[in-house]
Amino acid sequence: MIQELVHIILYNWLGMDATSKLVMAVDFFFYDTIKILILLYLVSMVMNFVNTYLPIEKIRSFLLNKNLFGFQYLLASFFGAVTPFCSCSSVPLFIGFVKGGIPLGVTFSFLITSPLVNEVAVAMFIGIFGFKVTAIYVASGILVGMFAGFVLGKLNQEKYLSDWVKDILNKSISNQRTYIAETNSIFQKISIASRESLQIIKGIFIYILIGIAIGAAIHGYIPNDFFVQYISRDNLFAIPMAVIVGIPLYSNAAGIIPIIQVLVTKGIPLGTALAFMMAVVGLSLPEAMLLKKVMQIRLLVTFFSVVGICIMILGYFFNMIL
Amino acid sequence: MKIKILGTGCQKCVTLEYQTQTAVNQLQLDATVEKVTDMNEIMKYDILSTPALVIDEQVIFTGKVPKTEEIKEILTQYSTK
Repeated sequence: MIQELVHIILYNWLGMDATSKLVMAVDFFFYDTIKILILLYLVSMVMNFVNTYLPIEKIRSFLLNKNLFGFQYLLASFFGAVTPFCSCSSVPLFIGFVKGGIPLGVTFSFLITSPLVNEVAVAMFIGIFGFKVTAIYVASGILVGMFAGFVLGKLNQEKYLSDWVKDILNKSISNQRTYIAETNSIFQKISIASRESLQIIKGIFIYILIGIAIGAAIHGYIPNDFFVQYISRDNLFAIPMAVIVGIPLYSNAAGIIPIIQVLVTKGIPLGTALAFMMAVVGLSLPEAMLLKKVMQIRLLVTFFSVVGICIMILGYFFNMIL
Repeated sequence: MKIKILGTGCQKCVTLEYQTQTAVNQLQLDATVEKVTDMNEIMKYDILSTPALVIDEQVIFTGKVPKTEEIKEILTQYSTK
């Protein structure tokens, strides 16, 4: 439907030549952009709506109170996925969880999946790769969070937290919070969720445009075998390279996914592309700078290494089965 | 009335501070709005997400930026207490 609308505007109203290469690229660009904006609105709408019923405080008490039979890593990772991500909340969240008595490993599970599977990444994935690849990405993200959190938990890293965090953890501060009762009706909740979604779109709109434009440019002007030369399936170093390159390459998912998609159509294996994607979105330098406030360098390095290795394993796995 | 905005300086925190200040001005309240950016200070309030609004040392809400109108309602409610 969107495709037809774009066609009508370009060809019938503006009288463009449907066979010209440039016009085809413009057509593609508009179609992708409109489709992704709509998806982004819908997905963040759903996530924000769920979030009004499942605030982070509830998640914390859920992870604390129930006997979870060893499923706490999976659950923490899952909750991390459904919670809208805001990087500036990472530190309070981390301290709040650990202070509340949630084991460090479980806290890590949440913290890893939260940026990895966020509303923007999911919407872009659906728009660009379709539902199947999106499902694979989301499931993989949750698995990576679960395993990496589990491993980090087993490594007993508590002693490598920052000193001031240890201080806070040892002090018991009386819980002085009282909420105004949230008596929003379902319509108010929808309206709040809708407002939040529009805020998100406003913040990343420009990155989406740039990403799709770069994707379109690579699509048109870089020869098909250019990347495959370097990043073929047989090259065992491709995945570690993709992950290492991906970490400092922080853009939000909005900018990077359209580019990845073009790389995949140019023959880069999906496992390698997914690993790259996860490294870009899940492990970033700004995130590291924030986390450095709560942990010593040593733990930060361990954290990034464990998550990085989990992502690599996943990349190899997908290249084998897909 | 002492109002504090807890937040490390991301866009949302800046917006909340601005809107709260606007609300205070429009209501002509006798209140101070202070921005708290020091993480150590912030964590004393036992919150899980930022930004947060604190009135007279009581946490009112966390992790969201209501409209200026909604902030005004909250402030009115608390100033009459």
